[in-house]
Amino acid sequence: MAFRIIEHGKLERNVALLGLFALVTVAIGGLVQITPLFWIDSTIEKVEGMRPYTPLEQAGRNIYVREGCYVCHSQMVRPFRDEVERYGPYSLAAESMYDHPFQWGSKRTGPDLARVGGRYSDEWHREHLKDPRAVVPESIMPPYAFLADRDLDVGDMSKQLAALSNVGVPYSKEAITEANADLVAQADPNADSAGLKKRYAKVQVRDFDGNPTRLTEMDALVAYLQMLGTLVDHKKAAAQQVPNAEVAK
Amino acid sequence: MAKNPADNKQRIDQPTGTAFVGHEWDGIEELNTPLPRWWLWTFYLTIVWSLVYVVLYPAWPLVNSATEGVLKWTSRGQLAAEMKAAESDRAPLVNALAAIPVEQLVSDQKLYQGAVAGGSAAFKVHCVQCHGSGAIGSKGYPNLNDDDWLWGGDIGAIHYTLTHGIRNPDHPETRQSQMPAFDGILTPAEISSVVAHVQSLSGKAKPNAKGAEIFANNCASCHGTDGKGLREFGAPNLADNIWLYGSDKATLTQTIKQSRQGVMPRWNDKLDSVTIKMLAAYVHSLGGGEATPAAEALAPATMEAKAANGQP
Repeated sequence: MAFRIIEHGKLERNVALLGLFALVTVAIGGLVQITPLFWIDSTIEKVEGMRPYTPLEQAGRNIYVREGCYVCHSQMVRPFRDEVERYGPYSLAAESMYDHPFQWGSKRTGPDLARVGGRYSDEWHREHLKDPRAVVPESIMPPYAFLADRDLDVGDMSKQLAALSNVGVPYSKEAITEANADLVAQADPNADSAGLKKRYAKVQVRDFDGNPTRLTEMDALVAYLQMLGTLVDHKKAAAQQVPNAEVAK
Repeated sequence: MAKNPADNKQRIDQPTGTAFVGHEWDGIEELNTPLPRWWLWTFYLTIVWSLVYVVLYPAWPLVNSATEGVLKWTSRGQLAAEMKAAESDRAPLVNALAAIPVEQLVSDQKLYQGAVAGGSAAFKVHCVQCHGSGAIGSKGYPNLNDDDWLWGGDIGAIHYTLTHGIRNPDHPETRQSQMPAFDGILTPAEISSVVAHVQSLSGKAKPNAKGAEIFANNCASCHGTDGKGLREFGAPNLADNIWLYGSDKATLTQTIKQSRQGVMPRWNDKLDSVTIKMLAAYVHSLGGGEATPAAEALAPATMEAKAANGQP
């Protein structure tokens, strides 16, 4: 034997010693992974433009999670040339800082959706969700036509925003009290959306589902899809993406 | 039961020559067989490799970041290097394309062909979802192979559409027009007459005098008295056999009742200017591309000047 710190026979016969060595071994692995989390706030790059989701976008996000869209679609453009050239600038940690739960992943049956916002028209999204084969003949995505027929029923959006604010999403008091009004206002171009626009930068206000008389789940999901990846101005953010760990310091 | 291990120190199992551990169950004893050498040395090698790795690459997490490693490797740095290498491969074409006004691209055949090749690749990534892999379009999404253009088919006009999109409410330079929804403005009987007249324009129905009159009063300002359309407003030619949404009675009735507001995203905020030029060249090359109006070919600034006024 090349080096022998301790005779294994001794370890195997002494429960206390075995327990101590096992603890030390596991503790090293645990500390390396857990300790940095206590400083994680300072390791997420600050990026201009990020804001919490509007109530309608958050409702759309809930539908996205409910329908299991994440099973086939990730929301994380990785820093590889093929991904950057296909999907756009790679995702920054800050871009999912208000996601509960996050939608990262590398398993993709469908394309990554981190930057899908603004790439297609609302009408395309509606047609595609109702019958994916109508616009992409080779698609294997299941249809979600029922979203257009279901009224958006989210319960009390204020409570949901309050819950998110409890886990660190910076919703203002006003945003929480006005949540139910904001939810409706974003899908109605004729509503008074001044407050909504003030609270949420770059918010898109329009009838998303092509049916102005109803607020449907389609409204919420399309509103969510159309804002994905649109908040950060990557031409400006490029300066913040220093290609090493300097950013965090 | 187990004997005192000290008693077994010297006790050797004769067939294998290995010492006993000292455990014994009903006469079956455990041997202190050492690990195979190949396994042990592989294990030591992984330890050595981990030490080398820790020195070369980012490894130990510190308070705000990790140790950098002597190679200073980062995934972002690697991407930047790969992108740079790819860029330098394409630099001659990209620089030439960046320098030339898009209207003059057609006259430089070599550069035009390079742009078409690049545009063909970019089209497959960004455009096929709506316009189809062969650019033949589908209901609501124009076929780009024909010579029927809503907003103009010369390369400058295509470039403008690509850059600024169609009906992007948050972008002032976008191509904008709004067909009114005639449901409520016209009675169902009147709408049905107009449908008949529109169908008659391309020989699908007999002329309808009443529909013609309503058309002249309500539709001709954008679609023209002869129904041949007006590109300034993206108003389609109704007198040909190319239909964006359909020419049957039900579709036309729906179009007139509810109007159509086709949207195309703008690409100026998603793609770089050279890729947009390549796409313009590719779409222009597809079969229906028109020659640039003579005045604009001579004075490329005209496009920009017109663009500043909101309409090309």
